[in-house]
Amino acid sequence: MSELTAGKAVAKTAATVAAETATAQKNEWRPISYWPFVIPAMIVVMAVIIFPWVYTIWMSLHEWKVGQAPTFVGFANYLRLPSDARFVESVGHTLVYTTLSVALPLILGTLAAVIFNNKFPLRGFFRGLFILPMMATPVAIALVWTMMFHPQLGVLNYLLSLFGLPPSLWVFHPATAIPSLVLVETWQWTPLVMLIVLGGLSAIPTEPYESAQIDGATPWQTFRYISLPMIMPFLFIAAMIRMIDAVKSFDIIFAITQGGPGSASETINLYLYSVAFVYYDVGYASAIVVVFFALIVALAGALLHLRQRTHWNEAGGSA
Amino acid sequence: MRDFLNKLGLTFAFIVIVSPAVLFFLWMLSLSLKFEIDNASYPPVFIPDRINWGNYAAVIESKRFMTYFFNTLIVTGSATLFALIIGVPAGYGIARMRARKSAIVILIARITPGLSYLIPLFLLFQWLGLLGTLWPQIIIHLVVTVPIVIWIMIGYFETTPMELEESAIIDGATRWQVFRHVALPIARSGIAVAFILSVIFSWNNFVFGIVLAGRETRTLPVAVYNMISFDQLSWGPLAAAALIVTFPVLLLTMFAQRQIVAGLTAGAVK
Repeated sequence: MSELTAGKAVAKTAATVAAETATAQKNEWRPISYWPFVIPAMIVVMAVIIFPWVYTIWMSLHEWKVGQAPTFVGFANYLRLPSDARFVESVGHTLVYTTLSVALPLILGTLAAVIFNNKFPLRGFFRGLFILPMMATPVAIALVWTMMFHPQLGVLNYLLSLFGLPPSLWVFHPATAIPSLVLVETWQWTPLVMLIVLGGLSAIPTEPYESAQIDGATPWQTFRYISLPMIMPFLFIAAMIRMIDAVKSFDIIFAITQGGPGSASETINLYLYSVAFVYYDVGYASAIVVVFFALIVALAGALLHLRQRTHWNEAGGSA
Repeated sequence: MRDFLNKLGLTFAFIVIVSPAVLFFLWMLSLSLKFEIDNASYPPVFIPDRINWGNYAAVIESKRFMTYFFNTLIVTGSATLFALIIGVPAGYGIARMRARKSAIVILIARITPGLSYLIPLFLLFQWLGLLGTLWPQIIIHLVVTVPIVIWIMIGYFETTPMELEESAIIDGATRWQVFRHVALPIARSGIAVAFILSVIFSWNNFVFGIVLAGRETRTLPVAVYNMISFDQLSWGPLAAAALIVTFPVLLLTMFAQRQIVAGLTAGAVK
C-alpha cells in the first residue's frame, strides 16, 4: 500500500463529504472577514497535526536512531517491512482484533439499542450507567480487568465455574489473549454503538410499527423488515467509527498484556511503540506510521465501498 | 397475559444488557474496600465482613500522589482551556464561511493513531529542551482537545439562526462584537458539551504520558500504570487507585450524560 493510494482515498472521502454539503452551500454568502476567527486554530493545527505528519514522512525516508545522525536511504525502511516477520504478524493480529472488535459491539449494541428504545422508568439514569464503560479511564479499567482475568484468584474463572465451565487462562495464554482483549474492548465500546443506533431508531415514525402489529408480525419480523433497513446508515457509521478506534487500540492492550504473552497480542500499534520508544529506531517507526495510516484509510475505503454497493442494490440505480 | 410476558422478557433482557457495566464497577469498588485476605480468597468475596478504608488512605498518602493529581489538573485544564479559546472562534469561522471541507484535517487527526504524533513531537520537545516539564504534555494534549472542540462547535454554530447576526451587522456591529455578544451566548450549551468531552478525553489520555512524562511529571493514568509493576500482588490499593483516577470521570458522566450523548452522537451522525 503506497502513500499515493492513501492520499487518493482521503481525497475521495473528502469529495463525498463535500458533495453532501455542496447543495446546501450554493449561493450563500462567504465573507472573507471570518478569517481572523480561524487563523489561531490554523497555526495550532499546523504545529501539532500538519508538522508531525510532514516530519514523519521525511523521517521515514531516513535511517535514524535517536542519538545518531540521520542518513537518507530512500524507501529502504518501507522495503524492510514485508520481510519483518514481527511486523507481518502484527498486521494479522490487528486484522483479527479489529474484525472481532467491530462485529461484536455492533451486534450487542444494536440489541441494546432495541431494548433502550422502549419506555421504562429511570431510562436516563440507566443510559448513564450503561455508557460508563466507554467514558471511564481506560488504564484504570484495564487494571481491574487484569485482576479479573487472574487464573487462580480472578472472578471470571469463578463465574465460569458457576456455569460448570472449565477455567480459562484468559490473557495469560497465547491462544486466548486476543479474544480476552476483545472481550474488554466489546464491554467498553458496545455503548457507543448503542447510542448511535438508538439515534436512528428514535427517528423512525411509529406508523410502520402500528401497521405491522395489525398484520400480526412477530418482533423479529418487525425488526428485520422495518427497523433494520431504517438503521442501516447508522450501523454503517457505527462500524466506521468502531473500525477506526479498534485498529488504533492501544491503552487496553498495553496495560493488560503489553502485546504478550510473547507477541501473541502484539498489534501494529504495540509494535510501533516498541520500535519507536524501546529501540528508538525513529526512521523505521515513521515508515510503520505511514503504512499503518494507509491501512486504516484502506479499511475505511473498503467499508465505504461496501456501503455504496449495498446502497446501489437497494436503490437499483445511482449511488 | 401476553403483554405481561413481553414486559417480563424486556425486563430480563434489560438486566442482562446493563449488568456487565454495573457489576464491573461494583466489583471494582469491592476490590478497593477489602483487606488482602479477602481479595485473595477463593471463592471470591463480594461484600466483605470488614471494610478496609486503608487502601484509599494508602494511595492518597503515598509519596507523589498529590503531585500527580495536580499534574493531571494542570495538563487537562490548560489543554482544555486553550482548545476552547482557539477552537470556539475557529468553529464559528468555519461554520460562517461554510468551509466544512476544511474539517477534513480534523477527520485525518481523528484517524491518525496517537503514537504517530509522539515520534516527531518527542524529538521536537527534546530539541527544545522541554522534556522534564509539563509543557510537552500540555502541548500534545491539544492533538486531542482542539479537534473535539472545533468539530462540536462547527455543528452548533451551523444550527444557530443567522437572522440576529445579520441584523446586528446592519446595525453597525463588527464581526467580533457579533461573535462575542450574539453568537457566543446562544452557543453556550455547545461550549459546555465541548468542554466536558475535552476534559474527559484529556483526563483519560495515557499514551502521551507514558512517553513524555518523567518521575515528577506523570499524570494519574500513567502513575496508576506504574503502580502495577511493583505492587502486583496487593489488589486493594491498586483498585483504590484505579477508582480514584476514574471517579471524577464517572461522576461527570452520570451528571452530564445528556451533554455527552449529544456531543458523541453529533460528531458521529453528521
